[in-house]
Amino acid sequence: MTPLAFRLDPTLGAGWRLSGLLDWRHGLALVLAFAASLAVALAQSAPPVPRPSALATLVIWLPFIIRGFLLNLAMSLLAMILATVLGIGLGLMQISPLAPIRLPARFVTRLLRNSPWLVILFVVMYVLPVEVRLGGGARVPLPDWLKATFAFALPVMGNISEILRGAVNSIPSGQWDSAEGLAFTRLQTLRWIILPQCVRRAIPPWMNWYALLTLSTPMASIFSVHEAVSNAQAGMEAAGARPDLLLPFYLFLLVLFFAYIYPIAVWTRSLERKYAVA
Amino acid sequence: MPWPDETAAGRANSLDRGDEPIVLLRDVHKSFGALEVIKGISLDVWRSEVVCIIGPSGSGKSTLIRCINGLSPIQRGSIKVAGREVNDPKLDKLALRRNVGIVFQQYNLFPHKTAIENVMMAPLKVLREPRAEVEKRARALIAKVKLTGKEDSYPGQLSGGQQQRVAIARSLAMRPEVMLFDEVTAALDPETVKEVLLTIKELAADGMTCILVTHEMGFAREVADRIYFTEGGVIVESGPPAEFFSNAKDPRTRQFLSQVL
Repeated sequence: MTPLAFRLDPTLGAGWRLSGLLDWRHGLALVLAFAASLAVALAQSAPPVPRPSALATLVIWLPFIIRGFLLNLAMSLLAMILATVLGIGLGLMQISPLAPIRLPARFVTRLLRNSPWLVILFVVMYVLPVEVRLGGGARVPLPDWLKATFAFALPVMGNISEILRGAVNSIPSGQWDSAEGLAFTRLQTLRWIILPQCVRRAIPPWMNWYALLTLSTPMASIFSVHEAVSNAQAGMEAAGARPDLLLPFYLFLLVLFFAYIYPIAVWTRSLERKYAVA
Repeated sequence: MPWPDETAAGRANSLDRGDEPIVLLRDVHKSFGALEVIKGISLDVWRSEVVCIIGPSGSGKSTLIRCINGLSPIQRGSIKVAGREVNDPKLDKLALRRNVGIVFQQYNLFPHKTAIENVMMAPLKVLREPRAEVEKRARALIAKVKLTGKEDSYPGQLSGGQQQRVAIARSLAMRPEVMLFDEVTAALDPETVKEVLLTIKELAADGMTCILVTHEMGFAREVADRIYFTEGGVIVESGPPAEFFSNAKDPRTRQFLSQVL
């Protein structure tokens, strides 16, 4: 049996013989073409140039991550303003002589101070609507980053309320006595005498809470808020989700937050020392 | 907001109220919980009089003085200051306190404000008087307590005696009719006691009605028109200093004097 067994009719003459030969070559070509297509497919799936190093990949994604970090900063600043305003209000309610004001404020303060931030974040993200309808029919959207900002403000608000209560209580009672003796009302005493003295005592712990707040903003990445961590993860994903990217990317995030927070921490400590002496 | 009694006419009226003592206590009782610290005290202080309250610690002297301007409420009896019933729940406490200055043992200056700001604060914030006028008066008061040049010092930069004199000026800035002094030299170094006492002496010489709780017997003897001796929440004995110090009748008074003199 010849290897060309598919030439079923060798008796057909010389003309058929050629065609028979072509048939064989055609088959070979098909095999080669398949092999070539495999090779091309293989070649196309591999990078045309040597793949960039992890560091080079990081550099490519740097602006994207920094842009995310700016959102972290915006969220932390906005949340801190909110937490300070609301926290001072809650703190003033906590020191009210009227029990119907004082007791609820005390309860809210304790609740906010003693809940995990992540749980508060989940509650706020699911409780707050996607948009707010105003009276005129206008709709104000509530983006996720804004909702997360509000969520981060809450625990800090509880702690600022407590800082205020503690600071007011730390003012010697003689200050209240002499203000009362000079015919100041309770509110005037708070406004002109007690609270100005509290500011100094409250600034170091206040800054401390700001640092903690900033450090917690990456939790918003759980809800795909485009902040630094979430952007870094997106970058790694887009660059092929290579395991060798993890370390440089996350280390860079650490450096980024550290570079921002550490000077604040140093400043806080120096203020603490300064006020402890004064 | 102008208070009727704070107008010039109101002030003149209260001055002309005639023969009633400016401070009048009748059977005053005061307790802290179950502990009764003042057990029926009556006393009269006339305009421009200087009255010293002396007695052993814990006899309720400081509490008594705090009751006079309503810092401590009383349980029973009557306190009248310039015709106002202090124990009246409807009393305008702020109006009362504008009439009665008080100076404390621990000065209690506002540490975040300079000396002159301490003096100016109540007239500015409470009486809402114009700043220029208040500042003029404050400078005069600082000069009166002999602290010219210290206007812009913070309390922490002043000695105890200087702080106490700022505290006196701060009280005077409200133009009170009666001044209460609660052991104002007790926390001071001996060398600064004298300057504070001198300030009070000058104040008394100017005709200010003064009620002092003090342990300075020499000062009481020199300045007081009348001395009240309290023990156990009651007034044991009272009288002009000459008589009181040399001729005390009650054995408790004599025993106390023998200990402190």
